[in-house]
Amino acid sequence: MTIFSRWFRRPDILATETPKGPWGGSGDDGNSGPRNPWAQPPGGRKTTAKPTALDEFLRKARGSGGGGGGNGGFGGLPSGANARALWAIGVAIILVVWVLFTSIHQIGPQQRGVVTYFGKYAGTLDPGVRLTMPAPIADVTVVDVQKIRTDNFPVGDGENLTLTGDQNIIDLAYSVRWDISDPRDYVFQLAEPNETVRAAAESAMRAVVATTTLDQAIGTGRTVIEQRVAELTQQILNDYKSGVRIQGVAIKQAAAPARIVEDFNAVTAAQQEAIANLNQSRSYAQQVVARAQGEAASFDKVYEQYKLAPEVTRRRMYYETMEAVLAKSDKTIVETPGGVVPYLPLSNAKRLPNPEAVQSTPAPAAAAAAPQSGAAQ
Amino acid sequence: MNAVSFRNPIVAGIVALLLVILAASTFAIVPETKQAVILRFGQPIRTVNAWTPNTPFGQTGAGLIARVPFVDRIVWIDKRVQDLELDNTLVLSTDQLRLEVDAYARYRIVDPRKMRNAVGSEDRIPDQLRPILGSALRNELGKRRFVELLSPERSELMDNIQKGLQRVASQYGVEIVDVRIKQANLPVGLPLESALKRMSSARQQEAITIRAEGQKQAQIVRAQADADSAKIYAESFGKDADFYDFYRAMQSYRHTFGADGGPAPEGSTSIILSPNNSYLREFEGRGR
Repeated sequence: MTIFSRWFRRPDILATETPKGPWGGSGDDGNSGPRNPWAQPPGGRKTTAKPTALDEFLRKARGSGGGGGGNGGFGGLPSGANARALWAIGVAIILVVWVLFTSIHQIGPQQRGVVTYFGKYAGTLDPGVRLTMPAPIADVTVVDVQKIRTDNFPVGDGENLTLTGDQNIIDLAYSVRWDISDPRDYVFQLAEPNETVRAAAESAMRAVVATTTLDQAIGTGRTVIEQRVAELTQQILNDYKSGVRIQGVAIKQAAAPARIVEDFNAVTAAQQEAIANLNQSRSYAQQVVARAQGEAASFDKVYEQYKLAPEVTRRRMYYETMEAVLAKSDKTIVETPGGVVPYLPLSNAKRLPNPEAVQSTPAPAAAAAAPQSGAAQ
Repeated sequence: MNAVSFRNPIVAGIVALLLVILAASTFAIVPETKQAVILRFGQPIRTVNAWTPNTPFGQTGAGLIARVPFVDRIVWIDKRVQDLELDNTLVLSTDQLRLEVDAYARYRIVDPRKMRNAVGSEDRIPDQLRPILGSALRNELGKRRFVELLSPERSELMDNIQKGLQRVASQYGVEIVDVRIKQANLPVGLPLESALKRMSSARQQEAITIRAEGQKQAQIVRAQADADSAKIYAESFGKDADFYDFYRAMQSYRHTFGADGGPAPEGSTSIILSPNNSYLREFEGRGR
C-alpha cells in the first residue's frame, strides 16, 4: 500500500484538475476513497495517451529512486522515503480539502439544496451550513425558491390578440409571477419547467378570457380574470406536480386592438357627452324649480297680507306699480272730446330713441287742448 | 509473486486501469430524472427507476446500480414530463369559420421498453405524436360551431382530444398528462379583418345609442323640472286666481316698463292715457 503512494503524484494533479462534473453523469465509483480521483482519467478515453505519460514518469521515478531504498532524489526533491511521505501528506491534504469543499454546503436563506446520493434523492437542505457526503457520492442542486420569476406576455412589444367569449378581439399584455414551492419536484418532475409555466399560464389566460365578454375584459372584470387565471394556472401546474407556485397574474393592458381603438374612444367620448348633457339638464331643473319655489313663496306671503285687507292692498299695489311704471315713461293724456282725432306719430315714437321721443310727444298733443306734462326723465 | 509484479509500476498501472474500466462498466448511476432500460445482448431484461405513479422520490429505484460488464447495455430514457408543441393548426368549425390553434401536450414515458420497441428512441416520440395531436385537434374542433370553441365547454373538448391522443400514445408506452390549447386566433387576413370591422361598427353603434340615451335622459329631467315647477305654481297661485291675475299683472308691468330694477327694456316708452284710465280716476277731481 505504501508503494501506491509513490505514484500518486501524477494522478493527484489530474484529480484537482477534473471538476466533479463528469462524476455526476456516468461515473464509475466502484472504488471509493483515495483510489477515486486517479481512477478517473484512465477510465475515460485517454487510455492511449495515458500510459506513455505514465511510463515517462515512472521511468524517471525508477531511474532515480531505484528500488525504493531511496537516497538520491531527482531534481532537488528530497530522498525517496521522504518523497513518499510527502506525497502521502499531499494526497491526504488534497483529499481533506476535497471532502471539505464538497461536503459542506452553504445554503442561503432564500435557497434550498436538493441532495442526491448516487443520483437517488436523499433529502432537501434547508438554509444554513449543511453537511452531505463528499462530491462523487452526493450531488447538491441549489435552487432559489424565493426569487420571484416574472414571465411577460407578449415577450416583445407586439400585439397579443386574444379572442373573448363574445367573439371579439382584445390586445392583452400581462405578466405572471411565480416562485418554487417544492424544489424537489421542480428539479425532478418536468423536463422544461420554465417553458411549462409559460405555456400553462398562456393557456389559462386564453381559456379564461374566452369565457368573458369584451366589456368585462377591458373594463371591470380584470381583477376577476387575474384571479381566475392564477387559480387555473396553479391547478394545471399542480397536475404536473411541477413544484411551482403562482404568486400572481397581472394584466398590464387589456384594450381594443390598435387599429380600431378610435371607435372605442368614440364610445368613451359619447359617454362623456351624455353625462355632460345630463348634468346640464339637472342644473336647469334645479334652477327652474328653485325659481318656482321662490315665486310661489313670495306670492304666498303677499297673498297672506292681501287676504287681511283685500281692497286696500289691491289698490295700494296698483298705485305703487303704476307710479313706478309711469314715472319712468313719457306720458300723454288725451282727453277724449268728440271729433278730435289724435295724430300720433306712432312709427316715430317707436323708432326714435329716448331724447327725441321727449320732444316729439308734445306735437300731437298740441292739437288737442290737453294738459300734458313732459317726461320727468 | 504478486508483490513482485506490483512493484513494477507498469504492471500495477495496467491492473489499476483494468479495474477502473471494469468498475465503470459495472456500476452506473441512475438519476431521479431518468429511467434505465438494461439490455442484455440487445434484449431488454429489466428497467431501473421505471415510472410508477405516486412513488415519492428517494424510493423510486434511482441510485447506484450494478450490471454485468460488457454484456449489459443501458439505454437512458427521460422520466420527466415532456413537452410537445403544435403550432398554427388551422381548424375549420362547422359553420365554416377558420381558427388558428396553437396547442401543446405534456407527456411522460411510462413504459420505456414498449416505447423502445415501438419507436426506437425517445427523440422520435414528438414526431410520432405531433401529427396525431394535429388530427385529433382538427377532428374534435371541426365538430363544433365557432362559438362553442370559445365557450367553457372547452375542457370537455380537450378531454376528448386527450383521449384520442392517449389511444395512440399507449402504443408507444407514453402517457399523455395533459392537452391544452395555448392560443386560438383568427387567421391573419380576411377573418381577422372582418372581425375587427364588426367590432368597430358595433362600437360606433354603441356611441350613437349612448348619445341618444343621454339626450333622452336630459329631456326627461328637464320635463320633470318643468312639471314640478308648474305644480308648485299651481298650488300657490290656485288659492286665488283673481288675485294672482292682478299680482302677476303688476309684476309684469314693472318688468315691461323697466321699473323692477332689472335690466332696462329696449326702446323707450311713451304712454298715452285716457282720463278714463283707472289710474287717473282721481285726476280730474271727480265728484268734488
